Amino acid sequence: MTRYVLGRLVSLILSLAVASVVIFSVVEIVPGDPAAYMLGINARPDTLQALRVELGLDAPVQERYVAWVAGMVQGDFGISYTYRTPIAAMIADRVWVSLPLALYALTLSVLIAFPAGVFAASRRGRLGDLGVMGSTQIGVAIPNFWFAMILVMIFAIKLRWFPAGGFAGWDKGLFAGLKSLTLPAFALALPQAAILTRVMRSSLLDMLGEDFIRTARAKGLSRRQALWRHALRNALIPVLTIIGLQFSFLLAGGIVIEQVFFLPGLGRMIFQAISARDLVVVESVVMLLVFLVIMVNFVVDLAYGAVDPRLRTAR
Amino acid sequence: MKYSRSLIIGAILTLFFLGAAAVSFVWTPFDITLLDIPAKLQPPSLAHWMGTDQLGRDILSMVMMGARTSIAVAFLAVGIGMGLGIPLGLLAAARHGSWLDEVIMRGNDLVFAFPSLVIAILITAVFGPSAVNAIIAIGIFNIPVFARLSRAGALSIWSRDFILAARVSGKSSARISVEHILPNIGNLMIVQGTIQFSLGILAEAALSYIGLGAQPPTASWGRMLADAQTLAAIAPHVALVPGLVIVFMVLGLNLLGDGLRDLLDPRVRVVRA
Repeated sequence: MTRYVLGRLVSLILSLAVASVVIFSVVEIVPGDPAAYMLGINARPDTLQALRVELGLDAPVQERYVAWVAGMVQGDFGISYTYRTPIAAMIADRVWVSLPLALYALTLSVLIAFPAGVFAASRRGRLGDLGVMGSTQIGVAIPNFWFAMILVMIFAIKLRWFPAGGFAGWDKGLFAGLKSLTLPAFALALPQAAILTRVMRSSLLDMLGEDFIRTARAKGLSRRQALWRHALRNALIPVLTIIGLQFSFLLAGGIVIEQVFFLPGLGRMIFQAISARDLVVVESVVMLLVFLVIMVNFVVDLAYGAVDPRLRTAR
Repeated sequence: MKYSRSLIIGAILTLFFLGAAAVSFVWTPFDITLLDIPAKLQPPSLAHWMGTDQLGRDILSMVMMGARTSIAVAFLAVGIGMGLGIPLGLLAAARHGSWLDEVIMRGNDLVFAFPSLVIAILITAVFGPSAVNAIIAIGIFNIPVFARLSRAGALSIWSRDFILAARVSGKSSARISVEHILPNIGNLMIVQGTIQFSLGILAEAALSYIGLGAQPPTASWGRMLADAQTLAAIAPHVALVPGLVIVFMVLGLNLLGDGLRDLLDPRVRVVRA
């Protein structure tokens, strides 16, 4: 197990290193002069020079990269050029929208997919199975931002059950906060729930073909009993991996959904920074999101190894 | 042999959209560069089958022109993925177990671990929003998909007897890869290509929805939805039509992919029977 963890740890560090180099290069090296990019073509030479000094652009590239990474490790993400406030503080505010949204969506996805997957698997080939599988085909084909617009049209504009956008804030109470995240979470969760349902179903069906299920049936369990007592637990391993992958997807996918609902999360922060050409913010928030995604994948890998001992040696 | 229902429905839907995109080159019901403000936001009618948008443009014509953009972006992105991914996968399989194999596969894992949407946004934000940058951003994330799949497929072919025969006859591993391995994994690639195509359509729609895809005056489904967002309450059809179009296109491609897999890979049929 130690070897497995160490191996994963090395690949984690390597991934983060490559990710930071790529993001740094895309933002700071490829466009040429980031200061000129940020200020546009009408910038006065002295303003341009002042920004270059502020961003530390006179230092060599390697030094800038090291300073950037070292800063982030210590929680210093730099200063936003447009807002003149530390980026770390801006992130701290917005993370409390993006992270709960992703968790909420993940919870919904699991709550929809588990029963649907088990139902479809237990009625394999029958009408119920076909109905569920047909719905998942449509679920994966629906763009989540469009589904979000439809939800707004029905539940915010027509029925007035939920707000059409914006975030109430956690200081208004848990309920108010969750209420403003409900439609976004459903929009995010739907395509993911469709995928998870399929994985759940096929993983269960795989298990139902295994010898130990035949043994369970032979000792007198009904098909349904065998499914609940023996197949389900074993089928959960691949499902857990997908859930982990989905969490990272939900974090990143939230970017677009936050746009639809005008939620003040990390996604909106990136877009506002892009339109304000605030490269420092773009760079740091993208790095943070990539970091979160890679970390989640790392934790999933470890959990996977803990659940299924065979994997520790397989790699 | 009988064609499966998903293959037929998927093929019809896909051909329908390809046809609409092709027809748009020679004819659309209305000219989408001409604005007709007095006729704005009309619901579907005999003259405008899908209604008109906020500038009085015919939505059916916009959808046809948008099909071009979506299909072109997704197709070229799959092209990038196949063009770079398959050679990498074949190379890794031919040098199985070597450091080269290791480097290629680790590189794949790395790209895979990146949140594709975030990176696509970063690329299009820094290099400017355009269809070309959207193609590159989507295409990059197709590379590891095809590299992995072609390597796995190639490895199973490499162990066959006819490959041994080819080696004995003195063919180099490069020649074997191109002449014997590639034709045998072609089906697998086509099926995966269909799936990546549908994901590409969705990714293009998302990118152009947030303003990072094809720029005006090029029509695109995602931007039609972005424009429709504030109008959805007074004219629901402007939001419903482009969304449904995306759903049907993606659904068609997914069904086509499933159908092709069943058709081209006999093993799957046996398992399902």
